[in-house]
Amino acid sequence: MSAALTGATIDTAGPASPQGGRTRRTTPRNTLTPGAGVGLGLAMIWFSLLVLLPLSAIVARAASGGWSQYYTVLQNPQTWNAVQLTVTQSLVVTLINVVVGTVIAWVLVRDRFWGQRLLNVIIDVPFALPTVVAGLVLLGLYGPNSPIGVEWAFTPNAVTLALAFVTLPFIVRTVQPVLEELDTDVEQAAASLGASRPTIFRRIILPSLVPAIASGAALSFARAISEYGSLVLLSGNRPNQTEVVSVRVLSFIENGNYSSAAALASVMLFIALLVIVVLDIVQRRVARRG
Amino acid sequence: MQIRSRAALAAALVGALALSACSSADGSGSGDDGTALRLSGFSILEAANEGIFEDFQGTDEGADVTFEPSYGASGDQSRAVADGSEADIVHFSLETDITRLVDADLVADDWKDNETKGIATSSVVVFVVRKGNPENIQTWDDLVKPGVEVITPNPGSSGSARWNILAAWAHATGGTDDEATGREFITQLLGNIIALPASGREATTAFTDGSGDVLLSYENEAILAKQNGADLDYVVPDDTLLIENPAAVTVDAPQAAKDFLTFLTGPEAQADYAAFGFRPVVDGVEIPEVEGANDPADPFPTPGTLYTIDDNFGGWGEAADKYFGSGEEGDPLGIITELQQQTGQEGES
Repeated sequence: MSAALTGATIDTAGPASPQGGRTRRTTPRNTLTPGAGVGLGLAMIWFSLLVLLPLSAIVARAASGGWSQYYTVLQNPQTWNAVQLTVTQSLVVTLINVVVGTVIAWVLVRDRFWGQRLLNVIIDVPFALPTVVAGLVLLGLYGPNSPIGVEWAFTPNAVTLALAFVTLPFIVRTVQPVLEELDTDVEQAAASLGASRPTIFRRIILPSLVPAIASGAALSFARAISEYGSLVLLSGNRPNQTEVVSVRVLSFIENGNYSSAAALASVMLFIALLVIVVLDIVQRRVARRG
Repeated sequence: MQIRSRAALAAALVGALALSACSSADGSGSGDDGTALRLSGFSILEAANEGIFEDFQGTDEGADVTFEPSYGASGDQSRAVADGSEADIVHFSLETDITRLVDADLVADDWKDNETKGIATSSVVVFVVRKGNPENIQTWDDLVKPGVEVITPNPGSSGSARWNILAAWAHATGGTDDEATGREFITQLLGNIIALPASGREATTAFTDGSGDVLLSYENEAILAKQNGADLDYVVPDDTLLIENPAAVTVDAPQAAKDFLTFLTGPEAQADYAAFGFRPVVDGVEIPEVEGANDPADPFPTPGTLYTIDDNFGGWGEAADKYFGSGEEGDPLGIITELQQQTGQEGES
């Protein structure tokens, strides 16, 4: 597929050449300017090399074991428990982020308070912090020497905490710019026509925000199911209790079971894809209704 | 404005491409003067090796040699070499990591045919405890008492953690093949384990951070941690397992690599290693004062019973599958893997 696309973009760069120019004008399908054609070509080459190639390698490796490979990998109760834990926790954390992230974005855009700029900068820190360092910090905070009296280390709660920490910025940062662009005139108009605050939020603001929230949620979920560094220390990796998928994959690799590792990884890719598609559908529905 | 940003993006992409092309160009090992030896080792060696490199450069064979070491988790290092990362000398925590290279035809079959049977450093499994040993942990049986919280690296993901579990197994069975007793003891032990961090380093971090009563670790790790100021004690149990870390040269390695390997197991290098808590693998080593050891003047007390992988487990070739086989892709299901799968199934936490 990628080869076909890149091929097409090379053709679009063609109209600049003397012969191709006239014949091509009769087929109005291609509306790309030469500059845009180069841009698209570059994007596709880059995307193919960096993303499609490794992804297909993973799927190919997993497929080398056939369908039975997937079956046997998922049939292992330890692996299945890890998948369940990871997916449930990622969903929970994504839901939390949808609410809290939107509220934080709102506060940052609409309200004025002391320390706002600082908060705006600090939001990104979980992005920048190496995840292993994040794990260390969280262990210090929620371990047995917890200065705040929360001893959640080595429990499933620890997984929630670590995931919430590293995925928080996604929704805040996707919702924030949309909220900034949002025209308050419309809200004032609605208010002058007698709409209550909840109604304005539900009918005017939320529909504009939903696409941003959905794409933030997709990023947040995808990041959560693949997270390793921040929770590997904090969760304790106990089989069937706090062991997440990425640790299972690591065990497979340590034992030389590369196709099992690839199979499990591609199952997680599929789940991520599924959630992203569902979120996209939700977003389209809401956008149409709004 | 949109067009300008697109141009900027394109420029950035081209720049990144150019950079990545550059980085793949270096990485060849040989310098202009003398020989550069590429050493791939497991993490804990880093501190000790600095001094050993200098000592080797002081010898006739090593005068012109420079070193390009790389350190990391033993399994990762081994897989990297197997997948094409070039190395002249490999020094890993576990024999199976070298076996992987033998299978890939990167290390000769007869790598164990020397005085130390391929072993370059050794240690024993110990209990790291809180300062003053408040729980009074002395024996393996103390680890399975109710309420004692144990931390050990995950034998699934950390190859080196396998020494710890096998030490417990050796204690329970007395080094015999009494599998039922072994299973029972390991099940009890797994019940007391509160965390299985992915690597030895992370396990130590979790412990020094305040989690758990006992950390299963190596004597040299415990000594190094105390040298670095960690506030803890360690106990050498009366019966424990000898940890043996193998080293080998790769098939294309220059003569200097072979000389260095010989030097590694000589008295001078072994004394250097001893200063960092490793037990000598040859006799006649003058052991220095080892700071951080329980008794710096007599740093390596002889345990009452010292089990070995060769005598009590039939060597790693046999033990790796029997105890740690993953049960995936036609591999046998190892005993420890099976017991691990059963822990926590009842939802008790």
